[in-house]
Amino acid sequence: MYYATLEGLRRFNIPHKFEFVSIITLYAKWIREGRIKVDSSWNTEGLKFTVQDPCKLVRQGIGDEVADDLRFVIKQVAGEENFIEVWPNKSNNYCCGGGGGALQAGFSENRRKYGKIKFDQLAATGADVVITPCHNCHTQVLDICSHFGGKWKTTHLWNWLEKALVRDK
Amino acid sequence: MLEQKLEIRKLRTKLKQHMQEAVPDAHIDYCLTCGMCVSGCPASGIEDMDPRKFLRLLVLGQDEKLLETDWIYSCTMCQRCEYACPMKINVGRFVYELRGMRPKDKRPKNLQRSCDLQKESNSTGIPNDDFVWVVGDVLEEVRENEPEWADLQAPIDKKGAEFYLNQNAKEPTVEPEEMVPLWKILHVAGVDWTYSSKWWDGANYCLFSGDPEDWEKTVRNQAETVDALGVRYYINTE
Repeated sequence: MYYATLEGLRRFNIPHKFEFVSIITLYAKWIREGRIKVDSSWNTEGLKFTVQDPCKLVRQGIGDEVADDLRFVIKQVAGEENFIEVWPNKSNNYCCGGGGGALQAGFSENRRKYGKIKFDQLAATGADVVITPCHNCHTQVLDICSHFGGKWKTTHLWNWLEKALVRDK
Repeated sequence: MLEQKLEIRKLRTKLKQHMQEAVPDAHIDYCLTCGMCVSGCPASGIEDMDPRKFLRLLVLGQDEKLLETDWIYSCTMCQRCEYACPMKINVGRFVYELRGMRPKDKRPKNLQRSCDLQKESNSTGIPNDDFVWVVGDVLEEVRENEPEWADLQAPIDKKGAEFYLNQNAKEPTVEPEEMVPLWKILHVAGVDWTYSSKWWDGANYCLFSGDPEDWEKTVRNQAETVDALGVRYYINTE
């Protein structure tokens, strides 16, 4: 969880020499610099993608900048025309309901009631794939999709990035 | 609505005082009661509570109600209330304080357990040796079965690498094959990276259990480990 380390370093004034970065920022940077080459031509069926902006990374972490990087990577990987925006989004996004320890705390009925709002927002996009770059989001979005009868596939981002990778011969 | 007139002078607002002392920029009295927080909070209505009601109970000294409510485990401390609030009040921050005030034996067991394991090593509790073994085993499998990736790397404790990478403990524990796409991406990008054999978990449940000293301990362990490797960048994978 990006925020756990970011805010931990800040709040407890923990000395460190490294620079703390998100893998999403780097994916976008490396694609822009040509350090990673990706090709979306695998997506012949026109699979539609949307995303769950992780609160800990976006609103509580880096802000809209990383949400934009996330969209840039998905569009590069799946095709510009195959990304469908969810609403509300980025820093204004609704939490999926899996974070904050909710998946561990055990109040499952409350957690799903909370998640129903996210389910409706994601279902409204009609996307085939929901990208969840955070593990709590991943587990919760998988669960609400199956519980409320959603049809999308819930996955990490790296699976699709791997699929679109072009290797120099 | 309140049916009886409140005796303001008799109000015991101990909890509110605690919050004002514990939370910098608490701004409790700045609440306009506009309800922007409520309309954008998916936890509104759960356990008959919402962020505005929570704040009113705090202001009106209804401490017992707040100390009792399990709503503090439905609020995910996502900070959307603060994002929407014209006065930038973060109800989740008070929720965090309440979680910490709850005696340990009254807290949700699995949540507390995740943090307790985190303090020892990582949130799933697998031994560090197992993490090292799983990474090596999965790497060997890919190298053998996918000739085009015969030169794939997954270094551990490589001093002086440019990047340090953490890994959510869920992967080596239950879905180790999910680590492979990340290694391949780093490989293609030509990145000089390393894992660490300790404090490698990218999750941190001590952020949620409520004890700042536990959270601090886990982040301090990570920071010291990453600095000892002498890397320039610490990459968070989620």
